[in-house]
Amino acid sequence: MALTAVFFYIFAVLAVVSGAMVIIAKNPVHAVLFLILAFFNAAGLFVLLGAEFLAMLLVIVYVGAVAVLFLFVVMMLDVDFAELKAGFIKNAPVGLLVGGTVLAELVALFMARGFGAGIAKAPAAVMPTAASGISNTEALGRILYTKYAFFFQGAGLILLVAMVGAIVLTLRQREGVKRQSVPVQNARDPATAIEIVKVPTGSAVVPSAEAQR
Amino acid sequence: MTSFLTGLGPIYPEIIIAIGAMALLMYGVFRPETDANAEATGWLGVLVLATAAMTVALDPPAPASLFEGAFVSDRFTDFAKLLVIAGSAFALMLSFDYFRRVKSLKFEYPVLVLLATVGMLIMVSANDLITLYLGLELQSLALYVLAAFRRDNVKSSEAGLKYFVLGALSSGMLLYGASLIYGYTGSTNFTAIAAVAQGKAAAESLGLIIGLVFLLVGIAFKISAVPFHMWTPDVYEGAPTPVTALFAAAPKIAALALLVRTMHGAFPGLGPQWQQVITLLAIASMLLGAVAAIGQTNIKRLMAYSSIGHVGYALVGLAPNSPEGMQSVLIYLAIYLVMTLGVFAVIVSLHRKEGQVVEIADLAGLSKTNLPLAFALFILLFSLAGIPPLAGFFAKFYVFAAAIKAGLYPLAIIGVLSSVIGAYYYLRVVKVMFFDEAKDKLLPVPRVPGMIVVAASVFVIFFAVFAGPVVDAAAAAAKVFKF
Amino acid sequence: MTTLQWLIGLDPLPEWLSWLWWLLVVGVLSAAVVFGLLIIIAFLLLMDRKVWAAVQMRRGPNVVGPFGLLQSFADLLKFALKEPLIPAGADKGVFLLAPLATATFALAAWAVIPVDQNSWGKWVISDLNVGILYLLAISSLGVYGIIMGGWASNSKYPFMGSLRSAAQMVSYEVSIGLVIITVLLLVGSLNLTDIVNAQKTGIGTGAGLPASALDWHWLVLFPMFVVFFISALAETNRPPFDLPEAESELVAGFMVEYASTPYLLFMLGEYVAITTMCAMTTILFLGGWLPPLDIAPFNWVPGIFWFIGKATFVFFMFAMVKAMVPRYRYDQLMRLGWKVFLPLSLVMVVVVAAVLQFGGASP
Repeated sequence: MALTAVFFYIFAVLAVVSGAMVIIAKNPVHAVLFLILAFFNAAGLFVLLGAEFLAMLLVIVYVGAVAVLFLFVVMMLDVDFAELKAGFIKNAPVGLLVGGTVLAELVALFMARGFGAGIAKAPAAVMPTAASGISNTEALGRILYTKYAFFFQGAGLILLVAMVGAIVLTLRQREGVKRQSVPVQNARDPATAIEIVKVPTGSAVVPSAEAQR
Repeated sequence: MTSFLTGLGPIYPEIIIAIGAMALLMYGVFRPETDANAEATGWLGVLVLATAAMTVALDPPAPASLFEGAFVSDRFTDFAKLLVIAGSAFALMLSFDYFRRVKSLKFEYPVLVLLATVGMLIMVSANDLITLYLGLELQSLALYVLAAFRRDNVKSSEAGLKYFVLGALSSGMLLYGASLIYGYTGSTNFTAIAAVAQGKAAAESLGLIIGLVFLLVGIAFKISAVPFHMWTPDVYEGAPTPVTALFAAAPKIAALALLVRTMHGAFPGLGPQWQQVITLLAIASMLLGAVAAIGQTNIKRLMAYSSIGHVGYALVGLAPNSPEGMQSVLIYLAIYLVMTLGVFAVIVSLHRKEGQVVEIADLAGLSKTNLPLAFALFILLFSLAGIPPLAGFFAKFYVFAAAIKAGLYPLAIIGVLSSVIGAYYYLRVVKVMFFDEAKDKLLPVPRVPGMIVVAASVFVIFFAVFAGPVVDAAAAAAKVFKF
Repeated sequence: MTTLQWLIGLDPLPEWLSWLWWLLVVGVLSAAVVFGLLIIIAFLLLMDRKVWAAVQMRRGPNVVGPFGLLQSFADLLKFALKEPLIPAGADKGVFLLAPLATATFALAAWAVIPVDQNSWGKWVISDLNVGILYLLAISSLGVYGIIMGGWASNSKYPFMGSLRSAAQMVSYEVSIGLVIITVLLLVGSLNLTDIVNAQKTGIGTGAGLPASALDWHWLVLFPMFVVFFISALAETNRPPFDLPEAESELVAGFMVEYASTPYLLFMLGEYVAITTMCAMTTILFLGGWLPPLDIAPFNWVPGIFWFIGKATFVFFMFAMVKAMVPRYRYDQLMRLGWKVFLPLSLVMVVVVAAVLQFGGASP
C-alpha cells in the first residue's frame, strides 16, 4: 500500500502542477505539452484506481489523437505573445476584482450555511472487485452495451453530427484543381496511353489535343 | 441478448429519424451535387419526419419508460414531440426556395435538421440527467452548424460562432449543475432524484439548490429567457432565415418541455425554489422582449425579441405550478409554433433581385405591391400581439388565467402591460406595410412558403373553431404530472 | 517472494523489504530486456543495410569486423563522441526532450511484450491484462518525439516533416486499432499472452491436423494481416511511408538539425519502434512463440527462439519493402489510409463480428 500511496502523490502532484502550467506557460506549445503531461498523470491515477482500461483509453484517445491535433493547430497558429500578455495585464485588475467578489460571496455563503450534507447515500460503485473475477474491460462492456446502450448510441449520433458539421463547414470543391483518379489511372493500358507517331525527317510533330491533356 | 431490445416502441420516432438521417446522408453523398438532388433529399427528410409524426400519434397513451427509466413516453411527450416534429418539418420545407435563391442548397441541410430533431425528441423524453445532456448536445451541435450554414456569409459565420461559444458556456453551466445534483442526491435519474429531493433536508441543502439553479441557467440559455438571451438577436439576424425559423420554432418547444419535465419530474419537492426563478425569468423576458423590440429596424432581430417575449409568456404558465398552468403552457406553445412559422414563411419569401429583404423599412407599401402577403403578415403579427379574436389572444388568455387562478396577480398584470407595449412594435410594421410609400416590387412568393403562410393565417383566424382538440390534448398531456 | 524468503529465512517479510525486492526484480528484468533488445537491434540495423545493399547488388558495410558485423558499434561510438549541436533559434528544452521522449516511449512498449511461456511462467516484465491497448497507446506516442523535434528546431523543413508525421500517424492508428479489434473479437481478451495462446487452435486443428502455422491468425484474417503490416510501416515512418524525413524533399525532415547523441536517440527510438511493431505482428498474427508445426524437432526448440525468428522475419519484410518500393506521395498516403484501409478494416470488423455471432463461435 505504501508504494501505491507514493505513486498516488507523484501522479497527483504532477497532474496539478502540469495543469497549472497549462495556464501559466507563456508559449502555447509548451502549454499543450503540459496538457499532455496532465493527461498522462490522470491515466496513472486511473491505473491506481484499478481502472486500467480507462487509463489506456485516455492515453490512446486524448494523448495519442486529440492532443496531437491540438499541438498541430497550436504550432500553426501565429500568436503574438507580447500582445496577449499586454491584454492580460490590462484586464487583470478587473478580472481579479470580479473573481475576488465571487469568491468572497461564495465563502460568505458557505460560512453562513455550510455545504449541507448530501441528502442521499453515495451510489454503489460499479467497479468490479478483484474477487468477482471479471476484468474491468469486461465490466465496462457489460454495462455499456446493456444499461447504457441508449446513451452510447446517443453519443455516437453526436459524433456523427460533429463530423458532418465539420465537413459541411470546411470542405470546398475548388474549381480548376486537377485531381488524381486512381481507378482511371489503373484502367490505362498501352493502347490508350501511348501514341506511336512516325516522324518524317525534317518536320515537327504536334501532339493531339487529347495527348496534351 | 434480446432483453433490452424488446419493447422499444416508445422510442421508434427517434430511431426512425436517426436511421432516416443516416440513409439520407448516404443518398446525398452518392448522388451528383445538384440543386434538384439536394431538394429531393430535403423532401425525403420531410417524409421521414412525417413518418415519425405518425409513429408518435399512434403511440399508446399509457406512460412507458425505457432504458431503466432514462427515457419516458407519455401524453405530454407525445404532445411536445408532435409540435417539435411539425416545427422542424415546416422549417425544413421553408428552406428549399430560400437556399436555392442564395445558391447554397446542399443535401447536408436536411440531414442536420433531422439529427437536430432527434436531439430535441430525446430532450422531450429525457428522464435522466445524462439523457437530458445528450439530447441537448445533439440538438445544439447540429444547430450551431446550421447557424453557420452559409459559411461564405460573414454574418452567418458570426452567428454560428457566437451561438457555439455561448452554447458551450451554457452547456458547461448545465453540466456543473447536473454534477452537483448528482453529488447531492446520488442519482442521475429524475424519479430517483425526486424520491430523495424532498422536504426540509432538500430545501436546506445548499449544494442541491445551487445545482438546480445552474441547471435552470443552462436551460434558460437554450430557451433564451432573459437574462440569458444575449445571443438571440445576433444569431437570429445572422443565421440563414429558414434556420432562424427553425430556431424560433422547434428547439424552444423542446427546451421548454425539457424544463417542465426536469422541474416536475425531478424537483417536485423543491417547487417554491424553482418557481421563484421561473417567475423572475418570466417577468424579465416579457418586459425586455417588449421594450427592446421597439428600436429594431431588422425584421429578424425584431422576431428575436418577440420570441424572447413569448418565452416569457410561456413561463408565466409554468410559474403557478398547477394543472391549468401546464395546460396553458402547452396551448401557448402550439399556437406560438403556428404563428412563428407563419411569420417566418413570409420573411423567407421576401426577396428582391438584389437579395433578401430584412429591413422593416423595405416592407414599405407592401400592401400595394402584394396585398395578400401584406394581409397575411398583418393577421399573423396581430395574432403575435395577442389581439382578439386571433389565436394569439387565446394563448395569452389561458396563460394569464392560470396565473390569476393561482393568485399570481403581479405576474399577470406585468404580462398584460408588456403585451400592450409589445403591440406597439407589431403595429409599427403593419403601419409601414400599409401606409408608407411603395418601393420596388418583390420577387413572387414561392409556392411552398406561400401555402404555409395561407395555412398559418387560416389557423390563426379560425382558431376559436379548431380550439377543441388542441385544448383537450393539452389538458390530457397536463394530467401526466401530479401537483 | 518465496525466493527471497528462502534466501534470508524471514517468513513474514517486512513490507519495505518486499517492495524493495519487487523493485529489484523489475529493475533487473527491465535491464535484461533493454540490453538484449539493444544488442539485437545493433544486428538488425546491419541486416537492414545488408538487405538493402543486396537488393541493389552492393556489398553493404563490410569493413568493421568480419562481414561488417561490428559496424553498428562503430556507428554508436561515432555518434556518442561527436559534439551535440543545438541551433541558435531552437527551443532548447523541447529540442532535447524530443529524442529522449522518442527513445523512452519506444523502449517502454517492451514492458508488456511476452516472448515465451513455459513451465517457468510467462516471460514478460508486466503481464498487463490490457496489454494490447498499452502497446497501441505507447506506439501512438511515438509521434510526439517527431512533432516536438520538428517544431523545436525552428526551421522550415523539420517543421514540415513533423506536420506530415502528425497527420500520417493519426491516420494509420485508426486502421491499426480496427485491425486489433478484429483480432480481439477472435480471442476475447486484451492480454497478449492470451492472444498467442488462442492461436494454438484454429483452422488447422479444426480440420484435424496437428497444431501448426495454419492455426495462426494470419490465415483467418489474411486481409487484416496485410493491412496491419502496411499500417505498421506507416506508423513507424518506414519507407515507402517515410515522408516525415523524405530526403529528396525535406533534406532529412524532422531530424535535419540533430546531430550526435540526440540523433542517435532518434535513430534508436525509430528502430525500437520497428522491433515493437515486428513483435506485435508476431503476437497478433504469427502465433508468438508457438512452433510452426507442433511435432518433435520443432517443439524442442525453446519458444523464445521461435519468437525472435518470426520477429526477424517480419523485420526482413520491412527491409525488403524499404529496398523495393518507391516512396508514396503525401496525398496517396492519405488516400490509402482513409479511403482504402479504413473502410476495409471497418467492413472486416463487421464481418468478423457477424461470423462469430451467427456462426456460434464467439469466445
